[in-house]
Amino acid sequence: MDSATPLGSTVALPAEWRDFFALTKPRVMTLVIFSGLCGLLAAPGEIHPILAFTAILCIAVGAGGAAALNMWWEADIDAGMKRTSKRPLPSGRMDPTSARDFGFALSGASVVIMGLGVNWLAAAILAFSIFYYAWIYTVWLKPRTPQNIVIGGGAGAFPPLIGWVAVTGNITLMPVLLFLIIFMWTPPHFWALALFVQIDYAKVGIPMMPVVAGEKSTRRQILIYALLLLPVTLAPWWIGGTGWVYGVSALVLGLIFVALSIKVGLRESGPDDKMKPEKRLFAYSVLYLFVLFGMLAGDRLATVQGWQ
Amino acid sequence: MMNDPKQNTHLGKEETALYRARQRSRNKVLGIVLGSLAVLFFAISIVKIAAQVNH
Repeated sequence: MDSATPLGSTVALPAEWRDFFALTKPRVMTLVIFSGLCGLLAAPGEIHPILAFTAILCIAVGAGGAAALNMWWEADIDAGMKRTSKRPLPSGRMDPTSARDFGFALSGASVVIMGLGVNWLAAAILAFSIFYYAWIYTVWLKPRTPQNIVIGGGAGAFPPLIGWVAVTGNITLMPVLLFLIIFMWTPPHFWALALFVQIDYAKVGIPMMPVVAGEKSTRRQILIYALLLLPVTLAPWWIGGTGWVYGVSALVLGLIFVALSIKVGLRESGPDDKMKPEKRLFAYSVLYLFVLFGMLAGDRLATVQGWQ
Repeated sequence: MMNDPKQNTHLGKEETALYRARQRSRNKVLGIVLGSLAVLFFAISIVKIAAQVNH
């Protein structure tokens, strides 16, 4: 594989393995692995630990493949933003063909191994999630509509659904609710980030909500999604899919989320604003999802142990 | 196409060493990944066969 980094006049250095690893967006992958694992642990039924490990590995590798394809497609956009300009492709440490082939290889391998090792329904949903992120979100929606984050949020919402289906082999209301939780969580999470990096998005022409609809509208929508998220997270408890361990946790975590969103939703930023409430909401939203899904798995453990 | 540093007169000693070091590093990681996959496939096969036998 060639690299875009010139060495002398005719030879390019091969990209380092660390650059390939960076293409998989390891930070995002931790959340993908965690939510997938929680979906798997929360599902009723049993799965052999080796197959459970295989399922999580395939979810992670599939997400990494989709991320690599995303970086391959968006190399030009990434080059124009401070936050992403040091990625392997815009910084010239890797050539686009290597990134593309790496993305396709990871995506294909993850789907095939999931199908052969775990079950084909989980593999089909994994394949669709990769297509959803790499094509529907990255290529189609992100450059066209300010609703890109809302619909693109679906891509990140698949891991717990896939984890659940890996155990049960079928889709019921519970895994769909887990999907909906991440789907509803993504807009306030990402728009909080977009509010304090909006100059970057405007520069590269991505129609991010604060750029297109304005800051005020974005703030209102963050608040609306945060308010809608609360009942969605309580729905698994309400339908009897979880016990009080999850239910009470979801209520407390959700109320804090709403409180932080109110601060963001009802204010207006001034000149040289430090955007502290937005940064606080963004940081909390990551913690929120980790704890919420952790409690989902904890709830299942409490039920199995007969503590609730 | 990638030029072979052995045949390329534009590469100095240091550059060739760096080139080789990167190749070695990548090959090591690739070897570990392929070895791990072989172990995983073996383990999955054993689990699947055991499940069939139990049925």
